[in-house]
Amino acid sequence: MAAQYFREYETIREIRGPLLLIEKVSDVAFDEIVEVETASGDKRLGRVLEVGMGYAVVQVFEGTTGITPRGTKVRFMGKTMEIPVSEAMLGRIFDGLGRPIDGGPNIIAEERRDVNGLPINPAARAYPEDFIQTGVSAIDGMNTLVRGQKLPLFSGGGLPHNMLAAQIARQATVRGEGEEFAVVFAAIGIKYDEALFFRKFFEETGAIKRAAIFLNLADEPAMIRLITPRVALTLAEYLAFERDMHVLVILSDLTNYCEALREISSAREEVPGRQGYPGYMYSDLASIYERAGRVTGKKGTITQMPILTMPADDITHPIPDLTGYITEGQIVLDRGLYNRGIYPPINVLMSLSRLMKEGIGPGKTRDDHGDVSNQLYAAYSRAQELRNLAVIVGEESLSETDRKYLRFADAFERKFLSQGFYENRSIEETLDIGWDILSILPESELTNIKDEYIKKYHPKYKSGSSK
Amino acid sequence: MERKGRVTRISGSLVVVDDLPSPQMYEVVEVGEQRLIGEVVRIEGNRAYVQVYESTSGIRPGEPAYGTGDPLSVELGPGLVGQIFDGIQRPLTRILDVTKSVFVVRGVKLEAVPRDVKYTFKPSEKLKKGEKVGPGDVIGVVEETPLIKHQIMVPPNVRGRVVDAVGEGDYTVDDPIAFVEFEGDKKAVKMMHRWPVRRSRPFREKLEPQLPLITGMRIIDTLFPMAKGGTGAIPGAFGTGKTVTLHSLAMWSDARVVIYIGCGERGNEMTEVLEKFPTYKDPWTGRPMMERTILIANTSNMPVSAREASIYVGITIAEYYRDMGYDVLLVADSTSRWAEALREISGRLEEMPAEEGYPSYLQSRLAEFYERAGRVVVEGSPERIGSVTVVGAVSPPGGDFTEPVTTHTRRYIRVFWALDASLAYSRHYPAINWITSYSAYVDLVSSWWAENVDKEWRSLRDEIHNILLRENELKEIVRLIGAENLSEPDKLTLEVARIIREGFLKQNAYDRIDAFTSPQKQVRMMKIILRFNTIARKLVESGVTVKAIRETVDDVLTDIIKSRFTISNDDLSKFDELESRLVEKLESLAK
Ligand SMILES: Nc1ncnc2c1ncn2[C@@H]1O[C@H](COP(=O)(O)OP(=O)(O)O)[C@@H](O)[C@H]1O
Ligand SMILES: [Mg+2]
Repeated sequence: MAAQYFREYETIREIRGPLLLIEKVSDVAFDEIVEVETASGDKRLGRVLEVGMGYAVVQVFEGTTGITPRGTKVRFMGKTMEIPVSEAMLGRIFDGLGRPIDGGPNIIAEERRDVNGLPINPAARAYPEDFIQTGVSAIDGMNTLVRGQKLPLFSGGGLPHNMLAAQIARQATVRGEGEEFAVVFAAIGIKYDEALFFRKFFEETGAIKRAAIFLNLADEPAMIRLITPRVALTLAEYLAFERDMHVLVILSDLTNYCEALREISSAREEVPGRQGYPGYMYSDLASIYERAGRVTGKKGTITQMPILTMPADDITHPIPDLTGYITEGQIVLDRGLYNRGIYPPINVLMSLSRLMKEGIGPGKTRDDHGDVSNQLYAAYSRAQELRNLAVIVGEESLSETDRKYLRFADAFERKFLSQGFYENRSIEETLDIGWDILSILPESELTNIKDEYIKKYHPKYKSGSSK
Repeated sequence: MERKGRVTRISGSLVVVDDLPSPQMYEVVEVGEQRLIGEVVRIEGNRAYVQVYESTSGIRPGEPAYGTGDPLSVELGPGLVGQIFDGIQRPLTRILDVTKSVFVVRGVKLEAVPRDVKYTFKPSEKLKKGEKVGPGDVIGVVEETPLIKHQIMVPPNVRGRVVDAVGEGDYTVDDPIAFVEFEGDKKAVKMMHRWPVRRSRPFREKLEPQLPLITGMRIIDTLFPMAKGGTGAIPGAFGTGKTVTLHSLAMWSDARVVIYIGCGERGNEMTEVLEKFPTYKDPWTGRPMMERTILIANTSNMPVSAREASIYVGITIAEYYRDMGYDVLLVADSTSRWAEALREISGRLEEMPAEEGYPSYLQSRLAEFYERAGRVVVEGSPERIGSVTVVGAVSPPGGDFTEPVTTHTRRYIRVFWALDASLAYSRHYPAINWITSYSAYVDLVSSWWAENVDKEWRSLRDEIHNILLRENELKEIVRLIGAENLSEPDKLTLEVARIIREGFLKQNAYDRIDAFTSPQKQVRMMKIILRFNTIARKLVESGVTVKAIRETVDDVLTDIIKSRFTISNDDLSKFDELESRLVEKLESLAK
C-alpha cells in the first residue's frame, strides 16, 4: 500500500462485539490498520475486515469496552499491520502486538514487515532433513524432529506440556553443529503462572539472551491473540531468512487463538462450521503453521512447536483435528500415562513425525533406527491389543508369546518412555534401550527388522552370550 | 475495447465490481491497480461479484476492474511437463527465478507455456496443403521430454482445409505452424492453444476401463485394483497415509503422464516431489519420474480462492494429454480442501447452505469432476485411445466418513481405499482397511492378469481376500474366548492371516525394495503364502497342532514375511529356495 497518510473519522454507527461499523469514510483499504482513540484518550489498534463505498467494518484487537459511538476517533493509518524487526529483539520481552514491555529501549527497526507475511513459494522450499536430538526417547527414537519442521504438542489441561516444551527447548541440538537455536516464544492467552514458568526457565538456563518473548496473557484482550503468533513468526522469518539463524518458535496455546477466531466469526454472523468454529479455520491456521521450514539459498530455518490443549482431551475436536491436518505430525500427551506417573506421558501410537524418514538413518542417526522404530510401534500396538484382551479372557488364556508382549509393554513404558526432566539421552542410548526391551520378544517376532541389524545390535549377538 | 468497472466493496477474497459492461459468468476480471486475477462468480444487474485469486489486502473501493472477456483458461502446449504451477497455472519455478523472492509476491503474471523455447516440430502426413483436418487430428509431434512425444493436434474448435503449413524445424509455441481455412475463414494453428478449465474436452466415445493401473502397491493391485480411466477416493483422518499413497501412485503407476494436484495441503509435500522425482527412475521406462510429471500447487497457505480453480486446471491438462493417446493419472490431495473452498466462496456470497455449510451444488460439482475421468476413444486421426484415471484424497473432519464430502464422493467413484486410523497408529502402512475398502474393477481387470501375469491370479487373490475376511470373523470370537480356545483349523487361519498382513499387506513406501512390487512378485508372494496354507491345513487335519507347525517353521515364516523387503523384483528365484525350505520342514512333520 503506497499511501502513508492517515484519515480520521468520528462516525461510528454501530458497535457489535469486537467490531465497529464506521460510516462516511472514503479511500479506506481492505486490511488497513486502524487506530481507535476513545474519549478518554485510550488508544487501541484494529484492522479493516470489510470495506464498501462509504463504510468500513473494523475489528478492534484490544476490545470495544468503553468505546462510545460519539467522541471516539477512528484513524485509518494507510498501511497494513507491520512491526519493526531487528536482531536486537532477542533477549527482550514484548506484548502481544510486538511492543516492548520490559522497560528496555524501543526497537530500532532494521526493517518493517507486514505481520501477515506471504506464502512461501513451494518451489523455493528445501525439504527439512537435519536431525534434531531432543534427548527425549519417545521423540528422538520414534517421532524424530527435524530442523524446519512444524511439530505441535497436543495436550490436555493440567498435563506437563510446558515442561516438555521447555525440556526440548533446553536440550535440542543438531549434532555436529555447535550452534544453538534462537527461540521465539509467543504466549497466546495463557495464564500468568505459565508465562512465568517459561520466563524463569529462559532466565535460569541463560536462554533468555537468544530468546524473544511475546506475551498475550489470559486476562488481556482476546482479539490480540489473532495477531500475536503472526508478530512472533514475522520476527522468526526475519531472523531465519535475513539473519541466517536457526529459530525455534514455541506458540502456546493455539486453543486460545482458535477461540478468539470463533468469537470474531460469530460477531460477523458468519455461517458457523463444526462446533461453531468458522469454516475457514483450516486456512487461517495454515497461514500460521506453514510459516515454518527451510528455503533454498538461505542458511536459517524455522522450526515450529505449537502447543494446544485438546478440549475434553478429544483429538477429533476441530482444533487438534485441523492442526493435525496441517502440521507435520503431532506429539500427543496422554492422561492415562500421566496418571500412572510416567513422564513424559507421550502416547507414541497417536503421535507422528511425518518428516522423520529424511532425518534418520546412517550418517544422521544410526542405520537400524527406522527398523527399530517400526518394530517398537508394531510390538507396542500388538501389546496394547493383548492388554485389552487379557482383561476379558484373562492372562492365562494368552499364549506364551503373547504374554511376552505384555512384559514388553511394561518395559517399554518404564524404561523407554519414562525419563527425567533433566535426563538428556543420546540417540544411541535411546536405540539401545529399544533393543534391550525388544529382546524380551522371541527373535522370530522381529519381522520389521533386517537380519543384518539383528546380528549387529540385538543384545543376544552383541554380548556374545546366547540365552 | 476496454471494459472497465469499479470496485465498490471488498470482503476477503470477494470483491464487488459495479458498472462493468455486460459481465459474463466465470469471466476473468483483473481487479485493482495491481490487476489481480479474479473470476466472476455471480451477477446481479450491473453488479458483478468477483472471486479474487490473490490476497486483496490493500485494495480500496473506487479502484478499477477490467473485464477480459474470457473464461478462466489454461495454456496447452509443449513445455508443461516437469513444471510446477500454482492454482491458476502460473509457473512457480519461473516466478521464483524472476522475483528472486522465496515468497509468492502478488500480481506476478507469467505465461504457463514458455514462449522463448524452440521445439523441434516434425509434421505428420496430415499436415499437407489441401488436406482436410478436424479437431484432434495429429498434425505433428514434438519431443517434450524423452518420455513424452507431444502430439500437436488441431484444437477442438478448428476444422477446414490446410492452406499453408511449415516444414520440419524449430518453432516457438507462438509461431503458426499451419493455416486452416473453413468457409473463407482462415485460422492460424499453433503448437499451443487455450481451453476453458470448467469445460471438459470433447472425445469420441467412452470405453469400459478394462486394463489395470498397475501401482506396485500390493494391497491395491491385488485386493482393490484401480483401472486405467477409473475413479477412486482415498479418505482418511490426518496421518493415516493419504499423501504417501498418492505419492506412491504418482511414482510407481504405469501411467505415462502424472498430474499431481496439491490442493490446500503442505508446501513441503510439493517440495518433496520436486526434489525426489528428478532423481527417481520410473520403473516402467527407466527415465526420471519428473519427465512425466506436472505439479499443480495451491498449498494451504496460498489464497483459498485459487484452490477451487486448481482442480479444474489439473483435470483440463490431464484431458489434453489423454487426447494425445496417453494414459494419464491425476491425483488430487485433497478434494476436501477444494470442497471447503467452494463452501467458503458460497458463504461469502451468502448462499443458502446445505449440510455442514456446504452449498447444495457440492454433489453436482463432485460428479462433474469425477465424470471427467475415463478411458476414451479420442477425437481425430489417427484413431487412438487415451485415459484419465482420477484419484482424490478425502480429509473427513475427525476421521468421520459420514460427513458430506466423503458420502457424496462415494457415489461417483468406483474404488474406495478406506484408511484406518487404528492401523496407522500401529504403523501398519498402507493403512487401507481390507474389510471396508472395495474396488468395482476386480472382474474387469482379471483377464489382463490372467493373460499377462498368471492364469491363477483371480483365484489366488480371492483366496487371500477370503482368509482375511475369515480372520475378521474369528477376531470377534477371540475377543470373547481368547485365541487359545479356538479350534486348530481356525488357529491356522489366524496364523496365515498374520503372514498375509505382516508380509503382504504391509508395505513400507520408504524401503528401496518394498516400495514397488512387480506384478510377478505379487503373485509369487501370494503363492508361497497359500502353499503354506494348503500344506499346513493338511497337517492340521492329520492331527498336528498349529503350535508344532509354528515351532518347526517359525524361521521360514519370518523369512517369508521379510521377503517383501529382502527379495527384489528381479530375484524371484529366491522364492523357490524359500519354498523348498518350507515344504521340506513341513514334510518332516508329516512323519
Ligand atoms: N506406505 C507407507 N510406508 C511407510 N510409511 C507410511 C506409509 N504411509 C504412511 N506412512 C507414514 O504415515 C505418515 C503420514 O502419512 P500421510 O500420507 O502424510 O498422511 P495423510 O496425508 O493421510 O495425513 C507419513 O509421514 C509416514 O510416516
Ligand atoms: Mg496428507
